[in-house]
Amino acid sequence: MIEPPVESARRGERGFCWRRVSGILLRHLYVLRRSWPRLLELAYWPTVQMVLWGFVTLFFVQHSSWVAQAAGVLISAVLLWDILFRANLGVSVTFMEEMWARNLAQLFASPLRPYELVVALMLMSLIRTVISVTPAMLLSLPLFGVSVFAIGLPLAAFFANLLIFGWSIGLLVSALVLRFGLGAESLAWVAIFAIAPLSGVYYPIAILPVWLQPIAWALPPAWVFEGMRAVLFSNETRLDMLAIGAGLNLLYMAGSTGFFLWTCEIARVRGLLVQQGE
Amino acid sequence: MNGTCGRWCAGGACTRQRLTVTIGQARQAGEDLSRPATPPPPPRPTVPAVVFLPPRRRFTDVAAVTAQSASLAAIAVAHLVKRFETVTAVDDVSFQVASGSTTALLGGNGAGKTTTISILLGLLTPTSGAVTVLGCDMLRHRYRALGAMNFSSPYVDLPRRLSVVENLTVYGQLYGVRDLRRRIAELARELDLEGFLRRPTGSLSAGQRTRVTLAKALLNRPRLLLLDEPTASLDPDTGDWVRSYLERWRTETGATILLASHNMAEVERLCDRVLMMRSGRIVDQGSPRELIEHYGRQTMEEVFLDIARSQSQPFVAAEENRR
Repeated sequence: MIEPPVESARRGERGFCWRRVSGILLRHLYVLRRSWPRLLELAYWPTVQMVLWGFVTLFFVQHSSWVAQAAGVLISAVLLWDILFRANLGVSVTFMEEMWARNLAQLFASPLRPYELVVALMLMSLIRTVISVTPAMLLSLPLFGVSVFAIGLPLAAFFANLLIFGWSIGLLVSALVLRFGLGAESLAWVAIFAIAPLSGVYYPIAILPVWLQPIAWALPPAWVFEGMRAVLFSNETRLDMLAIGAGLNLLYMAGSTGFFLWTCEIARVRGLLVQQGE
Repeated sequence: MNGTCGRWCAGGACTRQRLTVTIGQARQAGEDLSRPATPPPPPRPTVPAVVFLPPRRRFTDVAAVTAQSASLAAIAVAHLVKRFETVTAVDDVSFQVASGSTTALLGGNGAGKTTTISILLGLLTPTSGAVTVLGCDMLRHRYRALGAMNFSSPYVDLPRRLSVVENLTVYGQLYGVRDLRRRIAELARELDLEGFLRRPTGSLSAGQRTRVTLAKALLNRPRLLLLDEPTASLDPDTGDWVRSYLERWRTETGATILLASHNMAEVERLCDRVLMMRSGRIVDQGSPRELIEHYGRQTMEEVFLDIARSQSQPFVAAEENRR
């Protein structure tokens, strides 16, 4: 009589396993370690953005009373925006990496659970985001005399909120790419930029047309960037804004994780896991 | 044999012999690797390697049949159906594979072999039917079985940018392999990977890549190994080496192998039983010798062509008529 594999059942049925998560992390860290151009590219774009907006700030400080009140507002905004952008790419590009490598079938035929894959994607996104934005954050002080760390403790809350919303968008994009194939990979870049105008990155939400404002307030980044301006312009930490942003983030995160896991099941039904690749 | 393996040796230094202890020793001793060597093969299963189930449709019947038969087989498939919109890729397929056997799943392109294997691996959810692997219901408890099985296919890549050792480390983590370094060293020795462990997997030759994917498939010491065309695109020498290795591995471990192949000589050499698929159905089954005798042919290749072109009465149907 064939007994169920006891050892594997003991390990397999235990549910969440950090060892499998670390396996996925290791796989992507190996890729990063092997490719210094990738590492350089991660840090390159946020730094170039910061330099560009640094010069814009220098100009506006002399010509705009609004910017003059808080010289760091544009540079802080661009750095926080990059957190959101990189967090999204961190999830979606890491997932697409598995599709480009035609590795999904190997992963889904292993004991790795889809929710462990989600956790691994998030952690990898955190690593990539930190690698991306840290050089730009550090360089903004010597180059333009602006330190995003001047925001103080709320910076950690802004970072967490933007990171989590970036993960949500990344999981949504990953699910769509899994469902519709690599032809949909440009969604990783398109989706996040569709949100940018509604997030109030460089201007208050009040600037938006009245009918657009409720949509903007339904997005966590709007609360984060308004909160950032409150800190920089009036030195006021708006905990209410942070709380609303965090609450919305919970909803988006639950929704996008559920959608991703559901899409994995749909992929098993439709045979998408064995038909992937370029 | 003269103590050199022919292909990998340069002068007197044969890395293959040095690294592949069991097979190397056998080669040096001039043994015929096409036959299992000592230790003796595990006792034959008391049930036929492949058992057909009577055609049934109702899901409750499927569950009952599966529960009864799953206790005897490494794989028990009952009334499996997989439809993709208008295409029925697998159509009411039922079979069992006994523990410790090597069974071939044969059929032309589009016969449903890969779909069946994908369902066994949990990569595809069937439209209906029941699948029990190593005693676990794959639709409800697939993760119990997945840790004790593995697969290799030339059509599913390992990350090409990662080195061989990196790939094996990653998959060792995913399969929860204990003492991973030692296990990788062991496989590197057995499968002759040591010369290119640090090279990116994408830079390897087809033969080297096949051995790497095989190493990945054996990392967790699987009790069930699913192989999709294990020697596709390999030169005859490397193909022969892989077949010899699989023969010995199964003999030593008593594991079960289910393989899909288009190489009929390979099937004759490796397999105890053959399942023939056509248009999503199993149309015949038996041992290679039984099928060759029944069809009055010389080789499995000819049997395959007969069945694929539907020129003969299937062996199973003939058996049933005789009864």
